[in-house]
Amino acid sequence: MSIETAKPMNWFDKLAHPGQFLIWSRYLVLPLALVSTTLFVIGLWYAFFNSPEDYQMGDTVRIMYVHVPNAWLSQFVYVAMAVSAIGTLVWRHPLADVSMKAAAALGAAFTAMALFTGALWGRPTWGTYWEWDGRMTSTLVLFLMYLGLVILWRSFDDQLRAAKLVAVLTLVGAINIPVIKFSVDWWNTLHQPASVLRAGGPAMPPSILIPLIVMTFAFTFLFLTLHMVAMRTEILRRRVRALERKRAVEGIVK
Amino acid sequence: MMDLGPHASFIISAYIGVALVIAALIANTMLDSSKQKQRLAELEAMGVRRRSAANNEAKK
Amino acid sequence: MNAFVAVVAHDLKLATRSFGDLLTLILFFVMIGVIVPFAIGPDKVLLARLSPGIVWIAAFLSSLLALDRLFRVDQEDGSLLAFRHATISLETITFAKLIAHWLTSALPLILATPILAVMLNMDMTIFWRTVVSLLLGTPALTAFGAVGAAITVSLRRGGLVAPVLILPLSVPILIFGTSAISANAGPDAEVAAQLFLAGISLVSVSLAPFAAALALKLTQE
Repeated sequence: MSIETAKPMNWFDKLAHPGQFLIWSRYLVLPLALVSTTLFVIGLWYAFFNSPEDYQMGDTVRIMYVHVPNAWLSQFVYVAMAVSAIGTLVWRHPLADVSMKAAAALGAAFTAMALFTGALWGRPTWGTYWEWDGRMTSTLVLFLMYLGLVILWRSFDDQLRAAKLVAVLTLVGAINIPVIKFSVDWWNTLHQPASVLRAGGPAMPPSILIPLIVMTFAFTFLFLTLHMVAMRTEILRRRVRALERKRAVEGIVK
Repeated sequence: MMDLGPHASFIISAYIGVALVIAALIANTMLDSSKQKQRLAELEAMGVRRRSAANNEAKK
Repeated sequence: MNAFVAVVAHDLKLATRSFGDLLTLILFFVMIGVIVPFAIGPDKVLLARLSPGIVWIAAFLSSLLALDRLFRVDQEDGSLLAFRHATISLETITFAKLIAHWLTSALPLILATPILAVMLNMDMTIFWRTVVSLLLGTPALTAFGAVGAAITVSLRRGGLVAPVLILPLSVPILIFGTSAISANAGPDAEVAAQLFLAGISLVSVSLAPFAAALALKLTQE
């Protein structure tokens, strides 16, 4: 089958093929970046100028507006990676492993920020930077898992083989996500129990809930933007490696 | 700047830390991207071609 | 059934043939017990309080050391390829190797615990609780270790990567392992931790062969 006689691509092929992906994703980067920036501007305005202090903890509640989005995102990114891992192993989707790789370092950064902001929130509010309770320990474990995945990616020369093994590790580690989510229910813990995504609706007044939601969307769109650019870069990086390999072979032959 | 209460330093440190990490993420992502694009352009200029690019050339 | 026993016996024979390896492992385990009093200071009361944690750390680190030989030798001499054409599935073979590995790396360490107990001034009751918690928890360590070893088997310098990958997964085991010994918690909390530990071990040992076999197959693609 040559280029001329190959059947024309349908919409699904256009989504899956890396070359096609590069073409249509180019037009998404700028809009995503603009949406993220706008959401951040709105969110920060709300956080500092248009929301009340909490009746119990005062102004430190404003740290929540950066802590919760990062914490939520750290878990969301891992779930996205786990889905990509299934895509790599089961459906052999050509973009799945690119997506997984691009998400790993980003997820590590969000988890680190969640731990950092959590510590700064904890000190004035509950008296301590850190506690070895269920939620914090399992989030630290999540951070270590992200780093482990980044290390594993870098240990292999052949990124395509690495992809499959990273996928296995990602899925094995996915058990940690339910542990994080339910740790506040299962164990006596310093960390407060779920107050937004719970049965019975959120336990916060709208004046605090709205900045929280805006900031969560802002961080999520930031992730989507960076993830898309990172995926594009990874595809380019693989092309560079293939070309350099080809050049090395041609150099030897000549 | 508005009054952020007795624990203002914690609040500001948190936001500044996050801002720095986000800035680093964006910078890293953009630098990596331009580095790969540049390398690709260099290789192209050297005449190393991808298989599908070579096919397209042959078709012309 | 014969093939399964054969794999276990084969691995046992290989591991115990080189007595030097076994000795190195036990020596490393004991050495941690020697080093810690130097690092923390010879305060006997303090050592006794910390001893369960120290024993668990020593067991954990030693088991990480031993992991490399679980699959690497088979990978290098081509046995893994041959296993794929065996009469029993690769998962069963991996399970058999897991059992053999626990017998030759975790069990010797548990038998060497009395040495550490003496050096760390461990109380008698604490000692028996430690042995029980190690018996319940080390299978899980071996299981997670097997998955890590399988994933990194093709890496030439994968020896250091596997422990890094396994550590986050092993944290819960360490947590429950030490809380099953803790003298402060009442008998209820202790039994609960032991049950948790047993549960984690059972689940991880039954699922690890599948994950490890999958990783081994993917390595050979």
